[in-house]
Amino acid sequence: MDLDSLYQEVILDHYKRPLNKKLEPNPTVQVHHVNTSCGDEVTLNLHTDGRVVAKISWEGVGCSISQASHSVMSDLLKGKSVEEALGLVDEFQKMLQSKGIDAGNEEHLQDGVAFAGVAKFPARVKCALLGWMAFKDALQQSIAKKR
Amino acid sequence: MNSAINVEKIKSEFPIFSRLIRGDQPLIYLDSAATSQKPLVVLDAERNFYTKHNAAAHRGAHQLAEEATELFEGARSKVARFLNAKSENEIIFTKSATESINLLAYSLGNARPGSKFHIEKGDRIVVSEMEHHANLIPWQELAARTGAELKWLGVTDEGRLALSNLEEIIDKRTKVVALTHQSNVLGTINDFNGALSQVKNRIKEVGALFLVDACQSVPHLKVDVQALGADFLTFSGHKAVGPTGVGVLWGRNELLDELPPFLTGGSMIENVTMESATYLPAPKRFEAGVPNMAQAVGLGAAVDYLEKISLDEIHQHELSLTKRAIEGLKQIPGLSIIGPEDLVDRGAVVSFAVAGVHPHDLGQALDQYGIAVRTGHHCAWPLMRRYKVVATTRASFYLYNSESDVDALIEGVARARKYFVER
Repeated sequence: MDLDSLYQEVILDHYKRPLNKKLEPNPTVQVHHVNTSCGDEVTLNLHTDGRVVAKISWEGVGCSISQASHSVMSDLLKGKSVEEALGLVDEFQKMLQSKGIDAGNEEHLQDGVAFAGVAKFPARVKCALLGWMAFKDALQQSIAKKR
Repeated sequence: MNSAINVEKIKSEFPIFSRLIRGDQPLIYLDSAATSQKPLVVLDAERNFYTKHNAAAHRGAHQLAEEATELFEGARSKVARFLNAKSENEIIFTKSATESINLLAYSLGNARPGSKFHIEKGDRIVVSEMEHHANLIPWQELAARTGAELKWLGVTDEGRLALSNLEEIIDKRTKVVALTHQSNVLGTINDFNGALSQVKNRIKEVGALFLVDACQSVPHLKVDVQALGADFLTFSGHKAVGPTGVGVLWGRNELLDELPPFLTGGSMIENVTMESATYLPAPKRFEAGVPNMAQAVGLGAAVDYLEKISLDEIHQHELSLTKRAIEGLKQIPGLSIIGPEDLVDRGAVVSFAVAGVHPHDLGQALDQYGIAVRTGHHCAWPLMRRYKVVATTRASFYLYNSESDVDALIEGVARARKYFVER
């Protein structure tokens, strides 16, 4: 297992030039999630009308895996329907919890498949999932709010 | 190597160093501040207890029970001698140092009004900003349960205990002061008989109880509880080449005999009726239930092992490794040391940050080179906030580390920095 299989070019690119890393004002829901094992934090603003994910913006501190993952997630899920977005979160989560067996569907997850290698490093799975779980939480809160 | 420590011989006594890491690389273990590796003599002592002498200590009249009791109490005597305690009755076996501190905090909390240990609203509990969570949260909780106020001494930019407001923080209302002997993040040693003697004098002056968290010091340098002059001290076995599942709380006999118990139940009682019970004196009063006997016996073997090599030699050896590490790491662009850079009152823990490289990524890269370090907040979140970092990378050294381990660390950090910053 060499370092390059974990830190793919795509991941380092997103780490150095993260997308949507600036909180957009007046979100539908704001959440703050912490990785208690390492102290990494993310604040995520979600804009949604309850049917479509309009915007995901975030601020946070963390390792390259977590920062790149937030960036990929915020770009991939923008413009998706609520159902599609939740489906992609599940797909991403499954890939990361597969211990490296599931290489991920590139058509669905796009840059997200770069994180397939992370699944072989159990200590880093949480880093890659932090932002995605924050998004899922925000989306569920926004749905609960609507009701 | 200018110390008398024979690293090659010591490494050969620790079975784990014969395995390989991430393919075919030797193990470079620089995470002893989290837990130490174990020599074969310790593992044998534990196994020997189970294979030849296993029975519940202090119970039964059969031969095995006698032998188990003798081995368990023998371990207590070894630890008492190791710490230079006045008597073995001052040594309480717990499952960990965390449990030791909770034991003290809950026992104090159980003291009723009228007891000299009773804590209530208007009293004060003092800790410091460099405490491990294990020596912070039990006191937060005790303060919350009793209404007492929790105060703390700060740390200086250099990573030393701040004394500017010592008399204001440790005031007449202070009932307990709980301080670390060596920071698990900064490496700073708090020498209460040297540079920090005024802290101890102040504690005595106000009549507070003084607990020293010695998890990071006892495994690495000679600690003499009588010379130290504290009231209570704790350390964990697993950081001192001993097994997991055993910790020690030392306390002055006259205090332990008056302190109410924390965990109650079997083997800590004197007399029991359906309505009430009276309790045995220390240490049994604080050891309810069948103890972790094999682990205590393993710890006895561990302290024998450390004494045989000599704690003074171990400390000198670690200081020379620490010096080499600090000097080498400081040459790396963008690297800053979090903690004292000189060797005065310093242990073998070196925390650092590298600009542009998150500790988790650095730790991952080092792991690929076979080097085990700790990354994260080190269970000292307030201290991380104090130095405005989310996390650090920490290398910690012990008797089985060599100069070449330190050189591998320095080279590994430089290589990882290039990978993440210059790629």
